[in-house]
Amino acid sequence: MNRFAELLDRLVLTPSRNGKLTLLTDYFRSVEDPDRGLALAAITGDLNLAAVKPAMLRALVTERMDAVLFGYSYDYVGDLAETVSLVWPQSPGNIPNREPTLGEVAAKLQAASRSDGPKVLAGLLDNAGISARFAIIKLVTGGLRIGVSARLAKQALADFGKVDVAEIEELWHGLSPPYTGLFAWLEGKAEKPQSTAMALFKPVMLSNPVGDGDLEKLAPADYAAEWKWDGIRVQAAAEGGSRRLYSRTGDDVSGAFPDLADAMHFSAVLDGELLVGDPQEATGTFSDLQQRLNRKTVTTKMQQQYPAFMRCYDLLQIGDEDLRALPFRERRGHLETFVKTLDPSRFDLSPFVQFEDWQALEDLRRAPPHPVIEGVMLKRWDSPYVAGRPKGPWFKWKRDPHTVDAVLMYAQRGHGKRSSFYSDYTFGVWSGGEGEEELVPVGKAYFGFTDEELKQIDKYVRDNTVERFGPVRSVRADRDNGLVLEVAFEGLNRSTRHKSGVAMRFPRISRLRWDKPANEADRIETLQALLDR
Amino acid sequence: MRASDLLHPRPEGLYCPPGDFFIDPVRPVNRALITHGHSDHARSGHRSVLATQQTLDIMGLRYGEQFADTTQAARLGETIVLDGVSVRFHPAGHVLGSAQIAVEHQGTRIVASGDYKRQKDATCRPFEPIQCDVFITEATFGLPVFRHPPDTEEIARLLKSAAQFPERSHLVGAYALGKAQRVMRLLRDAGYDRPIYIHGALARLSEYYQGQGIDLGTLEPATVEGGRQDFAGAIVVGPPSAFADRWARRFPDPISCFASGWMRIRQRAKQGGVELPLIISDHADWDELTGTIKETGAEEIWVTHGREEALVRWCELEGIAARPLHLVGYEDEGD
Repeated sequence: MNRFAELLDRLVLTPSRNGKLTLLTDYFRSVEDPDRGLALAAITGDLNLAAVKPAMLRALVTERMDAVLFGYSYDYVGDLAETVSLVWPQSPGNIPNREPTLGEVAAKLQAASRSDGPKVLAGLLDNAGISARFAIIKLVTGGLRIGVSARLAKQALADFGKVDVAEIEELWHGLSPPYTGLFAWLEGKAEKPQSTAMALFKPVMLSNPVGDGDLEKLAPADYAAEWKWDGIRVQAAAEGGSRRLYSRTGDDVSGAFPDLADAMHFSAVLDGELLVGDPQEATGTFSDLQQRLNRKTVTTKMQQQYPAFMRCYDLLQIGDEDLRALPFRERRGHLETFVKTLDPSRFDLSPFVQFEDWQALEDLRRAPPHPVIEGVMLKRWDSPYVAGRPKGPWFKWKRDPHTVDAVLMYAQRGHGKRSSFYSDYTFGVWSGGEGEEELVPVGKAYFGFTDEELKQIDKYVRDNTVERFGPVRSVRADRDNGLVLEVAFEGLNRSTRHKSGVAMRFPRISRLRWDKPANEADRIETLQALLDR
Repeated sequence: MRASDLLHPRPEGLYCPPGDFFIDPVRPVNRALITHGHSDHARSGHRSVLATQQTLDIMGLRYGEQFADTTQAARLGETIVLDGVSVRFHPAGHVLGSAQIAVEHQGTRIVASGDYKRQKDATCRPFEPIQCDVFITEATFGLPVFRHPPDTEEIARLLKSAAQFPERSHLVGAYALGKAQRVMRLLRDAGYDRPIYIHGALARLSEYYQGQGIDLGTLEPATVEGGRQDFAGAIVVGPPSAFADRWARRFPDPISCFASGWMRIRQRAKQGGVELPLIISDHADWDELTGTIKETGAEEIWVTHGREEALVRWCELEGIAARPLHLVGYEDEGD
């Protein structure tokens, strides 16, 4: 249990992706079955334990210590799980001979009935140290919140076994904790697990951005063009009564889109874009789609207001026949026939964009016929469907990003190589009437600048600090003073969490405008206009 | 006599009217008794200072030899009479030279503990519990959430991380007097025999510790000029403030570590951008505070600098008279 607890503690404070991968692979290497598999399941959200409510946890601890002292402690720490793990009284007469393993803890929690759950939990806490108590409480209260996605955990497995992450993704939904067979294969001690599960994920084919000079080397006649729709890439897999919608990283998102999943009356695997609206009538914006994202369950009202549909790009499998090795032209032929058999309110075909030469396509890309289009896709007519991001067969050619001139408001120190640099910037635009202008924060960016520019901004931040809060500095920013940053971003979403009411997608610093006076930076109305378009 | 007539707070610090002296005054006074060398307790500019020889040496290193007009070294356990009031210094286990001060007059004995801890520490003498009527305790970590783990476990985590990330350097933030030397000594006791790189602010104090027979092994300045250019895999110790500074840019992709009792609270570590918190403290944790209060047998507890209310509450529950003693000018541990 201690090793798992230590892993959680390290992961939550390690910001770098590579650092997290090292911690995870070292853990997989040094910890035996079934503990490592259970830890993996806890991280990916696949470990199902009876949940314990915060009120019950609080009741357990105040049976054991003075409520006033507990109150002081909780006020100070602010996190219930952490407070309880720290103040839980260790009875001096009851020192366990050894730490319980994660496997033993999970088994006890799984075996506990609803009524004896609290007693079982208390017994476990009595026999654990502080870190282990924290980990146990996190397991039963749900949600580790350690900044590790299921995707990152799968990447760590791939690194650990020196295999492609696509292989893990493909297997994943046929496996269950504690993944003993998977680990044995990754350690070279057993054959790759054979999955008998239905409707498994097939690793997605991705594209590369069109770079400078790329197109000159390519013949337009070799490529088909489609619009790039601004939704989320999904895969619809249905087989033998199993129906699953997967994100492009293989996470099962069926639960959030029952309306679409229920319309999957077929035995096939489709690749496409998940959008909201009615394919015959109108396609909703990404902002509308966002209402449906990251939900475990979804109300009927929500499904009526923002119905989900799939705009189909590709057909990977039909019945038992795997089509991935066929050229795109042939798969597309099968797809066109297949989509005609589907519910037209839930599935439609991604149309081709006709073009003669690259210039003609460029013109179409710059002025797309629909606001939910974010560029064009190029696919070689003869390309097979392969996992990952091969260079050459598929390209994405996005419309140019939006830009806004904003004023630097706060700067935060980075981590690792950037730990002595102020490298994360919160910026704002003007709002309020004349004479009452104030800056309202609209986003945060931490890349897009060169190392040399980073040094310059860092110096600016240190020389113009108004206030400090831990690693954050508030920077002088008013009508007469301030550093203007040109910020590029892909789109705007409505946000209720931000005071400005907007949230930027993929913001980055595109230029430092040392020349521009702060009062000439953009106003919030400029962004709002973009939102209403 | 009433205890509060023997010692009570004044703006300058804790004052003893019959002996006409202050303990750890925060402003210049005529006669000062100093518990230990941390700058919030030991200030310069007093007319006369009574402290252990090591505390006097440390004050000399920090402020120059002229930090007071006259100094007198107090030997541990020896009684010194000041205007009829007996004072005795006893080890406090906080940092090198640190002492509690027992003040006794007309049958009443008060022990002012200064800062103290009970965990063993190879860089200073261990705390000795002294029977007394009134015990004045610090309360820096006076909440039941503060439970310091064994320091050897914390150092083992540092060494494990250094082995896991050999291409990066580990920057350990540690207070320049006491904590830094304790961390270095713990590294040595754990078998780490490579040079430890130190920030310039640690040099003189560390040299003094070595001169007092506390072996810290090979220490090298963490400078780039003429020395090594590459700190990959190195352990570097310096004051926490230095690591946020431009000074830290010489290190490759550093992992920031911070040795402090505050690191027990995850949010504190997160806010400070600390990747590897090391819960190593020179102050007593909750169990040490409550255990020590019982050991002294004191009928009355005065609680100072820190989280007074929780410790006062605990005393109430135990049936021990307690009150907060509002002294101003003392800092928290660390940054």
